[in-house]
Amino acid sequence: MAYRAPVGDYSSDSRLFKRRANVAALICVLMIAGLFVRLAKLQIVEYAHFSNLSENNRVRLMALPPNRGLIYDRNGVILAENRPTFHLELIPEQVDDLEATLKGLSEIVSLSARDVSEFRNAMRAHRSFESISLRTRLDDVEVARLAVNRHRFPGMDISARLTRHYPQGESAVHAVGYVGRINEKELETIDQGNYRGTSHIGKTGLEKFYEDELHGTVGHQNVEVNAEGRVLKVVNKVPPIPGNDLFLSLDIELQKVAEAALADRHGSVVAIEPQTGEVLAFASTPMYDPNLFVHGISYAKYKELQTAEGKPLFNRPLFGQYPPGSTLKPFVGLAGLEAGTVSGDEEVNCKGHYLLPGDETRRKYRDWKKEGHGHTDMDDAIEQSCDVYFYELAYRMGIDRIHDFLAKFNFGQKTGIDLYGERRGLLPSRAWKKKAHKTIWYPGETLIAGIGQGYMLTTPLQLAAATATLVNKGVKIQPHFLKSIRLTETAATEIFEPEESRFSLRYPRHWDDMFRAMKKVVHGTWGTARATGWGMKYKMAGKTGTAQVFGIAQDEEYDEETVARKLRDHGLFISFAPYEAPNIAVAVVVDNGEHGSWMAPIARKVIDYHLLGINKKISIGGQADDE
Amino acid sequence: MMNKTQVFEVSYNSRLARALRVINIDPILFLGIFLLTAAGLGILYSAGDGSIALVRAQLVRLGLAFFVMVVVAQIPQRQLYLWAPWFFALGIILLILVLTSGDVGKGAQRWLDLYVIKFQPSEMMKLITPMMLAWYLSERPLPPTAKSLLISAVLVIVPTVLIASQPDLGTSILVAAAGFFVVFLAGLRWRVLLGVALAGLAFIPVLWQLMHDYQKQRVLTLLDPESDPLGSGYHIIQSKIAIGSGGIYGKGWLNGTQSQLDFLPERHTDFIFAVFAEEFGMMGAIVLLSLYVFIILRSLYIASRAQDSFGRLLAGSLGLTFFVYLFVNVGMVSGILPVVGVPLPLVSYGGTSMVTLMAGFGMLMSINSNRRLLSR
Repeated sequence: MAYRAPVGDYSSDSRLFKRRANVAALICVLMIAGLFVRLAKLQIVEYAHFSNLSENNRVRLMALPPNRGLIYDRNGVILAENRPTFHLELIPEQVDDLEATLKGLSEIVSLSARDVSEFRNAMRAHRSFESISLRTRLDDVEVARLAVNRHRFPGMDISARLTRHYPQGESAVHAVGYVGRINEKELETIDQGNYRGTSHIGKTGLEKFYEDELHGTVGHQNVEVNAEGRVLKVVNKVPPIPGNDLFLSLDIELQKVAEAALADRHGSVVAIEPQTGEVLAFASTPMYDPNLFVHGISYAKYKELQTAEGKPLFNRPLFGQYPPGSTLKPFVGLAGLEAGTVSGDEEVNCKGHYLLPGDETRRKYRDWKKEGHGHTDMDDAIEQSCDVYFYELAYRMGIDRIHDFLAKFNFGQKTGIDLYGERRGLLPSRAWKKKAHKTIWYPGETLIAGIGQGYMLTTPLQLAAATATLVNKGVKIQPHFLKSIRLTETAATEIFEPEESRFSLRYPRHWDDMFRAMKKVVHGTWGTARATGWGMKYKMAGKTGTAQVFGIAQDEEYDEETVARKLRDHGLFISFAPYEAPNIAVAVVVDNGEHGSWMAPIARKVIDYHLLGINKKISIGGQADDE
Repeated sequence: MMNKTQVFEVSYNSRLARALRVINIDPILFLGIFLLTAAGLGILYSAGDGSIALVRAQLVRLGLAFFVMVVVAQIPQRQLYLWAPWFFALGIILLILVLTSGDVGKGAQRWLDLYVIKFQPSEMMKLITPMMLAWYLSERPLPPTAKSLLISAVLVIVPTVLIASQPDLGTSILVAAAGFFVVFLAGLRWRVLLGVALAGLAFIPVLWQLMHDYQKQRVLTLLDPESDPLGSGYHIIQSKIAIGSGGIYGKGWLNGTQSQLDFLPERHTDFIFAVFAEEFGMMGAIVLLSLYVFIILRSLYIASRAQDSFGRLLAGSLGLTFFVYLFVNVGMVSGILPVVGVPLPLVSYGGTSMVTLMAGFGMLMSINSNRRLLSR
């Protein structure tokens, strides 16, 4: 583009512009004169008023932080509450000699270097007349000592404040989460006005997810203070509105049964009520005490938690991604039935291994049972967890059809639970592999996918949700913790409405066929979890699964004795009960638990409690079933 | 007028002035900017509780901003003209990028992460939008026809809406104003202006619906600061107390109780004028605002002496935008306009707007030297 000489008559353009520029200049000057008028009004006319206000800026505005909403379980048992605690505070502008005061106070109560440095940091961020916390959680003796010595320390105050407390301790910590001090990053995103006077905010779990509900609305009061800053009277007051109370679907007793059943294993139990999507139990072991975080955990302690064996801070049901192993077989089986790839009574001869048709390397795809299962139909294949049957089924279906059917159960997608950070897992397909690995999909990978190994990953939560969808015959309900919210302002109760979607099978009888096969896993003669079914007062359906942590070479034997615990297989079990009218779906996943069948008793403990109200003490791991 | 010209002549002949003119710097405009920024550092020292670190950081920014001004002043006006449409296209693309992938800071997406530096494309639009409009209108007969008015309107509205939806109300107002001023200076007919103003008034209810909750809150707070004494109402209440209690002569430098006792929030950034008015009073405010008027009038003077439409329109718009900065800031601090986050130009602590403003002055100086070159 070349530079063109300006169009039009120069002098007329120029004259027009000058006229305009003069008008603009005039307007600018007039408007600035307007500003002067405004300044004159403030600085001359109302000078006395503002000067007075400035002189007597002793009428102070104090924020009244709201009380945080409480969290209850489904039976009204309290999971998170507010307890009064006593704190030592200083108002810097009233302290004569800060160093001497700090020194004097440290002789009366214990003050760590961290307390003092945090106090100094807080001093910079606050107005000098605002009281700043120096020590939190004074014990009774300290409170008494400070009260006696109060006269020695002007500007010192003991305040009673409500702090968050979790009476259930570490139980359900991965669901409920905890609150902690507001950090710089959070300060940027929150509405600072509404958090004035509030020191804590939800950091993880439901405490974080429902922060807006739990926090409430800040109130304020104008108080008149004397020269030393002591409050003389309250001029006016707008009370805070406490946060809303949450009622969860969680059954804390069931939760504790699940946690006890996991014992010292590292694993997860997720129990969902299929009809409603309500999460009844959400156990992740090992656990930690959320109360540690409320008052600020020490670095050493935090480091210890981070590096502890089993990583207690890790939320297994939400973040843990495991190959589903054989627990995927009911879903793949259903895919096969639905696609017409197999019929329920069609038999596959299992000789202990499978050869991919047309594969010249003649690689053996092994069954877990070396001698094979013989002639196997769908029921047998589920009951005994025959791998060869599912290799054949997967081979016939192809990965894309398997992928599309499994996607209906939300595998590879978030369940939408009311917690942040949920993992998607991974549901492989030809397209995915091309994108992620830039290579084609190999037929052998389809076989492995058919038994839930290979690329496929699921979270324990996804497994439980998929089992619930299975029980519901295709009605997919968003799993959730929140049952209802009690609004403090109106005392009304808001019921949480989960999202719901559904899909149907061409032949709905296939659902019942699969349920029947899964019942045999627990109650059949050869069922992989038959030992768990002994003496059961109800009927349960399930599926065991073992997820390989590392591949075993073709002719290698898997020797449990020599394999370190970390490298042992993950044990999985999905189940639902009672068989006739299921009202609970449970997924158990144990890191390095070796056998899915060993996990079935954990599910039974949970379901026993849920259905029978008592937890029958049955030994776990004593009776190992085959798989 | 004679008097003024004589003053200019004197400065034109001093050795420093001649040296400045060699590098295309207008000594008079430079003097105004220099005095203002120097006063700004003094207020900042007080507003920042006597923190030298704050003043030092601001000095570094000022140094950078002056450097940018000098560099921009070396760009021939012809070059600015040629680049205008390309810059505009690039700016619009960047604005869309910010909306789709920008970093969210304080709940608003304004920053684009270019790995090396983070910057706000919306800031550049304060210069690019008037450049574009001046480019467009200077090629057409003036006063503009209905068709070119319509196209000009689109050229202003597109960046304004993109910036307003980040959401950054303060910047979008400045961009819209910069664009509008070009059209106004180009000779927008008064009756069209009146019609647009009336239509604008009718549009207010619609605009209200489109505003974010926090933006509505700010307007409501302006009408009744007491309704939100913990949020933005607190700013206005404390800022009015600061200004009002300054009185005619002020409380003296470093003696403003409102500012020194931490009652006044954001006192080294957007609310720095309140600190100044508290400590130097009405007298100080008259001096400070006079400095601004000096700079604005000098800009318009440069504009009216430019040799072609492009230079005139761009220079005039830059000068008037500087005025809008001042008016919106002082207006909001003194409680007659809503709090929209516009800094006090060349005085508030902060880097981005400083650099943009000085780049704008660089352009003014380039336009000024273009005249000199032509008339030589």
